Amino acid sequence: MNRNSNAYTFIFAIILVVFVAAALAFTATTLQPLQAENVRNEKMQNILSTIGENVQRDQAQTEFDKYVKQSLALKIDGTVDTQVDAFSLDLKKELSKPVDQQRFPIYIAEKDGKTFYVAPLYGAGLWDAIWGYVALSDDENTVVGASFDHKGETPGLGAEINQSWFEDQFVGKKILDENQNFVSVKAVKGGAKADDIHGVDAISGGTITSDGVSAMIKERLEHYLPYFKNN
Amino acid sequence: MFSKQNRKLLQDPLNDDNPITVQVLGICSALAITVQLKPAIVMALAVLFVLIFSNLIVSLLRDLIPNRIRIIVQLVIVAALVILVDQFLKAYAYDVSKELSVFVGLIITNCIIMGRLEAFALGNGPWKSILDAVGNAAGYGIILIIVAFFRELLGSGKLMGFEILGHKAKTIAESTGLYHYGYENNGFMLLSPMALITVGVLIWFQRSKNRKLIES
Repeated sequence: MNRNSNAYTFIFAIILVVFVAAALAFTATTLQPLQAENVRNEKMQNILSTIGENVQRDQAQTEFDKYVKQSLALKIDGTVDTQVDAFSLDLKKELSKPVDQQRFPIYIAEKDGKTFYVAPLYGAGLWDAIWGYVALSDDENTVVGASFDHKGETPGLGAEINQSWFEDQFVGKKILDENQNFVSVKAVKGGAKADDIHGVDAISGGTITSDGVSAMIKERLEHYLPYFKNN
Repeated sequence: MFSKQNRKLLQDPLNDDNPITVQVLGICSALAITVQLKPAIVMALAVLFVLIFSNLIVSLLRDLIPNRIRIIVQLVIVAALVILVDQFLKAYAYDVSKELSVFVGLIITNCIIMGRLEAFALGNGPWKSILDAVGNAAGYGIILIIVAFFRELLGSGKLMGFEILGHKAKTIAESTGLYHYGYENNGFMLLSPMALITVGVLIWFQRSKNRKLIES
């Protein structure tokens, strides 16, 4: 057959594309369960790390079941929606829905007889999405741990938000002032004062990412206030 | 198997005909993923895998590929292999795949791969194509690893994530190693411009040593 004819070109292209598509579809479906499990386990690791439990990825499921007693999906007014599986909620998708249809997951964990509330966070950094988890102690005010991650912040600058020196600063900070008004925890440019219970040091050179973290904590935690008030 | 001519295919890209420092191809990924050593090594391995198989496949099909759509055919083959790598990393090396993120996908646009397919695999047999792929991927990988070595060492004081210059704490007194004596990491090394400058220094160094590259 003439290699330069239109018919040959079409037949070759069709065979190639069908073959490649079949091979890729096969691999994608075969590997899909493993990939989904990695994502799930990572999520559990992140949630557990905020209450001070750093676990191996393959241990994540067992440890998660051990510590996390309840996963609830909250409506905007703070009531629990029992129809929804809280763990499978995707905060990014929820935030794009109309307000009354949004559901916010909260994980209630118990460790050494103490109760912790872990709330997921999602917001915008400088280049792309940032997200994380923050754990509050049973006074629904004191932060006991925070964990952040990002998609594409600048390495060495904004990307430092997932480093322990940044995350550890949040421990012991309060989200409410003395009059029980919500003020959240902010990353302060130039460094927070030592006695500031609502501020942590921002990352020098990573101001926009730091501001993104502040905004994310404030906006997301605000949704949990009605729930905390009722409980 | 390894005649003088075939050995040349393996050796030339390492020095005389290096894809990055001599042909100046694949610069985009050399800037992007050389902040740390580990992703650079994984990237080098991923390119090695993609280049070997795409060179082999194109070389085997070289008498069948219609000339008019050969670039598209090459792209389809490269893209398919890259997606395979990406899927495997996500399933078996999740942390690494997170670090490399979009750059695995960008292997598709790596000029080295298209360049080797077009310039070599389309006109040569399978065995030679494999050698050519190994040589070029190694030449690419070596530069990547050298650049990443300096950037991670000087930029964050680590290698492969280990703090080899000591631990930097909040105060000098609490720090250990070099940091105890007031050493500071050079944050500029972490930004892309320094990758370009590092590659530039490598090119300068190579040209000063290699007589074949000195232009009259």
